[in-house]
Amino acid sequence: MKINFIKYTAALLMSSIVLVSCNNNDDEPVIIKTDFSGTFAQKDQMGRPAVNTVFTSSASKDEFNVTIPSEQNASFQAMFEANLKGLSPAFANMGDKNALGQDAAAFTGLLATDVLNVSLDGTTTFYDGTNVLTGRALADDVITVELLLIFGGEDFTENPTLSDDNVNANDKDFLTSFPYLASPW
Amino acid sequence: MKKSKILLGTVILGIIGLITVAADHIDAPAAQGTSADITDFYAFQAENTSNLVFVANVQGLLSPSATNTTNFDENVLVEFNIDTNGDNVEDLVIQAIPRDGKMYFFGPVAPSVTGLNSTISEMSSIKGEVAISAKGSNAVIATNAAGMKMFAGPRDDPFFFDFAKYSEIIGGTASAFSTPGADTFAGTNVLSIVVEVPKSMIGTSGTINTWVEAKVKQ
Repeated sequence: MKINFIKYTAALLMSSIVLVSCNNNDDEPVIIKTDFSGTFAQKDQMGRPAVNTVFTSSASKDEFNVTIPSEQNASFQAMFEANLKGLSPAFANMGDKNALGQDAAAFTGLLATDVLNVSLDGTTTFYDGTNVLTGRALADDVITVELLLIFGGEDFTENPTLSDDNVNANDKDFLTSFPYLASPW
Repeated sequence: MKKSKILLGTVILGIIGLITVAADHIDAPAAQGTSADITDFYAFQAENTSNLVFVANVQGLLSPSATNTTNFDENVLVEFNIDTNGDNVEDLVIQAIPRDGKMYFFGPVAPSVTGLNSTISEMSSIKGEVAISAKGSNAVIATNAAGMKMFAGPRDDPFFFDFAKYSEIIGGTASAFSTPGADTFAGTNVLSIVVEVPKSMIGTSGTINTWVEAKVKQ
């Protein structure tokens, strides 16, 4: 009992010392703290390039931007598959595939979850002829890759006039060092 | 008659949907043209191969003169999301938000809550800040104790695409791309946030899933 009383008194004393010492800067100039308070609600999101633009029906584009990736497949895969077949009718044929060996369901199943897959182990590229979807580098010609996967058929040879926009590089050279992007115009 | 009008309207809407631009530039009605419009997202191995680089671009299609008067919005949080265990739910976030000429960074840190609404992880032990670079000046680069590099400011839009010709093809007024094509994004700028992070802060090996979000203060 008595020991407890001493314990509590000591604890109280200690905490008041700590509290006082927390507060002992009263005489110093007041530092205005930068305000980061509040709740921030989602308005836009993006994983892979051009997915919402190309595959989501216009009335659903806002909804796509506020659907978390883990729920996008359930909400959007069927819509993506229908729109892919509209864009590139060959995909409606039984057994038709893209150069990744994916039929319409598999291809849109990949795209509907709009995240960028990035390797921690080496080359990071959207597609470089060898590596597929291991990241996205600045110089990657992502649009031509996507056009090839949409229009190019099983071996990238179908619809050659639709499967390459013939813009293969940026208008300015990228930097080899941080921050990597070219200076503004 | 009425039905065909509705059908025609649907078709036109569908075409507009297909031709409303590019990587993620002006991708959807609620975000397009606002300070929260993400134009692009990149993630790649850095010059130092022990590091990863994340790039988020917002507010695209800026002419050189518009770039002089366009700023990051202090009400817009740009959040890099990183899923390390394959469930497409963020395990780590890197948050970037501007205040008074500086871009502040928090993380990589486990978010207090996942999903559509975020608060800023001010208590993260990993943080940093960098002065926002101005057009025409050298890029300001900051580093922090964790070995991260940070940049924020206007840059040339790294995206390239003959979007004009694509629109004509989708709209039925052209049947093929041109050779060579014309880069619709040539000569335009974006506002960029670039952060380089030691891979060891994210994981050891394997594949991560990552995406970027723009979130507006309520």
